[in-house]
Amino acid sequence: MHIICCVKQVPDTTQVKIDPATNTLVRTGVESICNPYDLVAAEAAVQLVEKYGGKVTVISMGPPQAESVLRECLALGAHEAILLSDRAFGGADTLATSYTLSQAISRIAAKDPVHLVICGKQAVDGDTGQTGPGIATRLGFNQFTYVSEIMGVDPERNTITVKREIEGGAEVIEGKLPALLTAELELSTIRYASLPELVRSLRQTVRVWGAKELGGLPERLGLKGSPTSVKEIFAPPVRGGGLVFDSGQNSERVVKDFLDTFFEKEKRLLDGLLTKDGHAQEH
Amino acid sequence: MKETFDVAIVGAGPAGISAACILADAGIRTIVFERGEYPGAKNLSGGVLYGHNLAQILPDYVERHCPVERNIVESRVWYLSRESGYNLGYRDSVFAADRKYNAFTVGRAKFDRWYAEQARMKGALVVPSTVVVDLIRNGHGAVAGVVTGRTDGEVQAKITLLADGVNSPLATRAGFRRELAPEEVALAVKEVIELPGEVISQRFCVSGTEGVTAEILGEIAGGMDAVGFLYTNQSSLSLGLGANLADFAAFKLKPYELIEAFKQHPMIAPLISGGKTLEYTAHWLAEGGYDTIPHLYGDGYLIAGDSAMLFNALHREGNNLAMASGKMAAEAIIEAVHRGNFSRKGLSGYGERLAGSFILKDMKKYRKFGRFLYQHKEIFDRLPALSSFAAREMLTVNGVAKNQKQRLIGREFRRQGMSLFRLLRLLWQAWRAVK
Repeated sequence: MHIICCVKQVPDTTQVKIDPATNTLVRTGVESICNPYDLVAAEAAVQLVEKYGGKVTVISMGPPQAESVLRECLALGAHEAILLSDRAFGGADTLATSYTLSQAISRIAAKDPVHLVICGKQAVDGDTGQTGPGIATRLGFNQFTYVSEIMGVDPERNTITVKREIEGGAEVIEGKLPALLTAELELSTIRYASLPELVRSLRQTVRVWGAKELGGLPERLGLKGSPTSVKEIFAPPVRGGGLVFDSGQNSERVVKDFLDTFFEKEKRLLDGLLTKDGHAQEH
Repeated sequence: MKETFDVAIVGAGPAGISAACILADAGIRTIVFERGEYPGAKNLSGGVLYGHNLAQILPDYVERHCPVERNIVESRVWYLSRESGYNLGYRDSVFAADRKYNAFTVGRAKFDRWYAEQARMKGALVVPSTVVVDLIRNGHGAVAGVVTGRTDGEVQAKITLLADGVNSPLATRAGFRRELAPEEVALAVKEVIELPGEVISQRFCVSGTEGVTAEILGEIAGGMDAVGFLYTNQSSLSLGLGANLADFAAFKLKPYELIEAFKQHPMIAPLISGGKTLEYTAHWLAEGGYDTIPHLYGDGYLIAGDSAMLFNALHREGNNLAMASGKMAAEAIIEAVHRGNFSRKGLSGYGERLAGSFILKDMKKYRKFGRFLYQHKEIFDRLPALSSFAAREMLTVNGVAKNQKQRLIGREFRRQGMSLFRLLRLLWQAWRAVK
């Protein structure tokens, strides 16, 4: 079984800054990590191959430094890694990204047929969840989104059975391969790589494909192939801290202050509700 | 792991990476283990590096885009009391021109990562996120490699270099170093405070990539034996202070409260005003000095940098001692590899090099200085207060004759047990501790 895993390097989102002039994320000085959902996807792919045989190829589209997330996947046990890196890919929205990734997968599949593609359910920087389904659609693969467990693969019947999260529960479904899954965090538990695997991942060469190697239509790549335009982007306002009642000096007074404040707030809340009810009666 | 190496290095800090660069250049198969997610992830240092030491290992570090924050053109020394202070500075345009790279600030997270990358490009294998938990010993007790915390994590190596920092549990467990006493280490805390580059340049009266360092003495930590620093980075300031660990225990003070109070000091508050704290870190400093240096090498192993207690507390030099000792260790290893002798005798070139270098000479010169400071608490409480009182009185214009003021000041010094004789004796003892 040949599994392809698509991974993305994302900024460590605890400290995201936005450039007010260009409306884009400021990446300099911010640590980058592998999108957590993608890492889970890579681990799941490796576990499948360990069970059923085959190989895992990880691909990522991004700047040269995105190589580090591919190495992280190699340390988990992925066999090959390809970085799609070219200025022409820059500024891509999910439409252009899924086009580029599907082109790469088709190219890999031409030499070595692909049975399964696993992506994270979404990237923590964009949160769209569109790239995986976009790839499946372009490749004509069956798609299983929000997968929390792979129940099994039946090589004879060429099918896969997965459990996926749905509103209010989960469903178990089976479908034909080739297929594409998008991973929930529960899909796998990421291993602590053994030393030989880690050393191998550090030494292995990561191939780089640019627009030329990839083929495809240049007008559908990167910024040119991206109809999405970002009108505005902003960080949510910082929430002020709550009130502090320090019992250091006079505990009786502090308790009284606390109760006063608490009931004052409660009263305002109740007043608000009552007024609303009042309006409702009028209508 | 089946593969074997000539050298295993524990720790990808300045000592370990300096050694790795030299070894890789000599074609020696070297593996470096770093417990942090990347080299530099676990380090704390104010961040001043000296070009001279770096150039000994990477002569072309500027061309290799060493991530320099600011070149230091002015060095200040402050002597502070609680609410006031003296400022002595030396600025020289030569440090903005010919000797631009004499001293510069770096962010350790960035610098160490870059430095390790240079070693990697030279051919050393740098393995991050991996803790070395033990050493492999052969039948004769010689070190024969390391045991990491990962599955299949044993690595055989002819020589092991311990460069795992001040808190080297490995050296302690292996019996190469005794457990440190509280008074032999300092606990340092540091904040990195973000400010726009141009605001920093304005506040410190510098332009472009020029920067300033301030070493801060006096009553800055509630009377403890403490030293502080304020360094300029490109768009942040590093502010920190370290105090003797035994003092922390005796004074029952908390490091985070100290640095909060430090930030309110009138000499510091305006410089950091409007800044946002990006990082808060704490670390030990190997301040024990010459007498705490362990045996630096033995059969199959060497110790360098902070784990060897090579730290010059008075001059706040640690990085460069680490780099220089790492280089000397590497040179001794190369000799040993060529001779095929990895025993204590085969590695003796390390001891010879250290003894002949500024490292041990400086450490020896200042061997009594740490003890001197620790035993003279008046330097950290009464003296700063009195010297501030003297300046305040002399500068206050209130119709009192200066002679009379001098007498008043003299009386106050004597009243607090700091007579001229005591002062001279203190000075004499200080001189004796460093001469």
